Amino acid sequence: MRLTTTVNGITRTADDVWEGESLLYVLRERFGLTGSKNACEQGECGSCAVWLDGVTVCACLVSAGQAEGRQVATVESLAGDDGELGRVQAAFVRAGAVQCGFCTPGLVVCVQDLLGRCPRPDTARVREELAGNLCRCTGYENILEAVRIAADGGDA
Amino acid sequence: MSTVHVGLPASVADGVGASPQRPDGRLKVSGQFAFSSDLWAQHMLWGATLRSPHPRARITAIDTGRAEAMAGVHAVLTQRDVPGAKTYGLEHADQPVLADGEVRYQGEPVAVVAADHPETARRALAAIRVDYEVLDPVVDASDALRPDAPWVHQGRDNVLRHVPIRKGEPDLRAEVVVTGVYEVGMQDQAFLGPESGLALPADDGGVDLHVATQWLHVDQQQVAAALGLPRELVRLTLAGVGGAFGGREDLSMQIHACLLALRTRRPVKMVYGREESFFGHVHRHPARMWYEHGADRDGRLVYVKARIELDGGAYASSSGAVAANAATLGIGPYDVPNVVMDSYVVYSNNPPCGAMRGFGAVQACFGYESQMDKLAAALGVDPVELRIRNALGTGDRMPTGQVVEGPAPVAELLRRVADRPPAPAGSEFPPGGTANTTRGDGVVRGVGYGIGIKNVCFSEGFDDYATARIRLELVGGVPAVLVHTAAAEVGQGLVTIQAQIARTELGVERVTIAPADVAVGSAGSSSASRQTYMTGGAVRAACQAVRRRLLARLPGSSGGPDNPVGGPDDGLVLDGGLVLDRDRTVLASVADLLGDEPIEETVEWRHRPTHPLDPVTGQGDAHVQYAFAAHRATVDVDVELGLVRVVEIVTAQDVGRAMNPRAVVGQIHGGTAQGLGLALLEEIQLDGGRVRNPSFTDYLLPTIMDMPPMHVDVLELADPQSPYGLRGVGEPPTISSTPAVVAAIRAATGAALPRVPVRPEHIALPQEPR
Repeated sequence: MRLTTTVNGITRTADDVWEGESLLYVLRERFGLTGSKNACEQGECGSCAVWLDGVTVCACLVSAGQAEGRQVATVESLAGDDGELGRVQAAFVRAGAVQCGFCTPGLVVCVQDLLGRCPRPDTARVREELAGNLCRCTGYENILEAVRIAADGGDA
Repeated sequence: MSTVHVGLPASVADGVGASPQRPDGRLKVSGQFAFSSDLWAQHMLWGATLRSPHPRARITAIDTGRAEAMAGVHAVLTQRDVPGAKTYGLEHADQPVLADGEVRYQGEPVAVVAADHPETARRALAAIRVDYEVLDPVVDASDALRPDAPWVHQGRDNVLRHVPIRKGEPDLRAEVVVTGVYEVGMQDQAFLGPESGLALPADDGGVDLHVATQWLHVDQQQVAAALGLPRELVRLTLAGVGGAFGGREDLSMQIHACLLALRTRRPVKMVYGREESFFGHVHRHPARMWYEHGADRDGRLVYVKARIELDGGAYASSSGAVAANAATLGIGPYDVPNVVMDSYVVYSNNPPCGAMRGFGAVQACFGYESQMDKLAAALGVDPVELRIRNALGTGDRMPTGQVVEGPAPVAELLRRVADRPPAPAGSEFPPGGTANTTRGDGVVRGVGYGIGIKNVCFSEGFDDYATARIRLELVGGVPAVLVHTAAAEVGQGLVTIQAQIARTELGVERVTIAPADVAVGSAGSSSASRQTYMTGGAVRAACQAVRRRLLARLPGSSGGPDNPVGGPDDGLVLDGGLVLDRDRTVLASVADLLGDEPIEETVEWRHRPTHPLDPVTGQGDAHVQYAFAAHRATVDVDVELGLVRVVEIVTAQDVGRAMNPRAVVGQIHGGTAQGLGLALLEEIQLDGGRVRNPSFTDYLLPTIMDMPPMHVDVLELADPQSPYGLRGVGEPPTISSTPAVVAAIRAATGAALPRVPVRPEHIALPQEPR
């Protein structure tokens, strides 16, 4: 099938998409946007989190056809055109919240989304909100620190 | 932090001891970092693997005809298509590249295909017909040890390795004796980046493989052997690694992708899904352990007698070394005069087990620390006090007879975690989380302790080395360093450390880390907590060689080998791109000395030699360095529902020298989390050799809701033997957090809890009184 969708503000088309492909596969393998990660492809780890019409979803659980004509935003949209990191991204680097980095894009998307809805969440709220993002390296302590830094406006 | 530093040559910014940001951090947060599953090439095909559904079966026929005839399928390969060695392995080459006659575990690769789309490849796998004659599997380590047990490998004993250790008197008697039988379930590394890579056929008949691994050169050696190619035609480059934790020491898709690429003459990408990943790498050995501890009335250990049985699964992997670790570290960081230890690792038809963070020391620690608590209860002594009375110290002898050299702050680490103020009353969440499972009735708090010991670097006489190539040159008129090694950055932050070392040694701020590949000599494995020690040591040594040549260019220097200038005691300092003398008088600029003649040095660096264990007595100086960490866990337990909430974890670890304090603490956080996972959540559940829970839905990893706040106390007691005094950091935190959490649950509930992971029914429906 032919798929037309808007990704990070640019309308894109893919041909010969197999009906069983996920949005994650289309983003990664057809559009070359590999920032959304393929850690479980079971909707359990949050590494592929993207916005679909402004709502965070696991791209692995969205079939490609569901994105037809809709707005998708990925982690690649968060840095400025000049490459300047977004506030959440910069906080993750500064806090040491990045080790292997495979969970990081999904976490950055989810934290960005959280702070958009709740600019100064307490720790319990952060834990609840991020319970769908698995990280195997950090034990989450520095991820909490990154959220604090980002919520405080980016100052460590 | 507590600090005893060794002298450092320079004070350049972002050098050793600082916490500069990761050089790959920007790429990773912006989604631009190329992990092994992100690679792509023109005309690329997708590889996929057909795996055995049976734990043990004879293959009577394979028909690939239908699959080969399918549109979009470019190759279907079985063991007949392996041109070189048909088997591979880290210690013994006993694992078939593709199954040959018999499959020995569920998930064993039988055939591989290359197709134009992952779905085409999946359908091709489904079209391959394999006839199996199903056999009774051997699925229990104790059963595998019986004399009448069927062989897992025809004609080969099921005992992969037996490591005996005998220290002191064989006649074991003591006033107070406690015994226990303990079990550890099969844990998975569960790195988030799945096994993956891209193989590209080359015009010279060779192949270029971009892959996520822990040791490029040992992969190269095994892949080349299977392909029947000289090693130089198999060129490996490290692709981005999404975590490892031991699970990437063994090969997964490496040979398969290369076979398919060479057959199709097209680039081939292979990416395991999560379910396949559970079958695609080795796991932590399940263990069954019998311990007997004897002590005098004052709580001094008189003897420890232990038997450890590790289930190695179908193939050897690194099982022999795991069994040796369990044996040599198996009584913990305690000074015990008499030891009788027998550690066995056996073949079975369970999934193969091998390296995972902690490597044999994790299983034993759950056993010996459970015993220390039991002994403390029998003596009526505080568990921390009992441990301190028996704490290993500098100059004491391990069960192997090896003398512990350098700092061994076992008692100090215990005091530090015990002396922390108690966890605050209350908790962010009750046991069971936010779902109102618990209303607070029947919730009891408990506190428990654990301390562990780990060896650092490869042991038992292994020729363990690392190679570094350092190039110092002017780039745009500014001195710049290029560091080239084959060391695998797996998330631990080695790329940051390498640059820090180069800055410190050469006083140059601008450092670039070249991609890791096999164009430079082996770095050894990113495992055994060794890579900062080993590749860090090699980078330092190569920088020092560059420094000598640079300083030989000073006016008036003879440059000869007996010239003290450039030696370690020449009193000169490289800082800020300048050469300074003792009084910080500028002698020259590095730029002037370099001119248009770059300096490049390659150094192969070794740690001090180790020695094999005596096969009968287990005596020998087998280990390079010991590392220690202690944990205190505080838990809230709903004793009626069996639900546990870890409220707080306090930990203390001696790291010798915190090369990058932020990275060190990050390792301790992450390692502690994996130990908590083993205590409460993580187990590959087997039924007759079959994996019941190969998904993140059913194999539970600690989430941010499961992890408590952690307080980390880092000691820096320099090891005189190691580069900068550092001690390997990665594994110790994984070892002692598990028994600390379980001890805390025991303290709250009185349940015996002889097995991890602890499940709710073990608490709510206790089988036996403590």
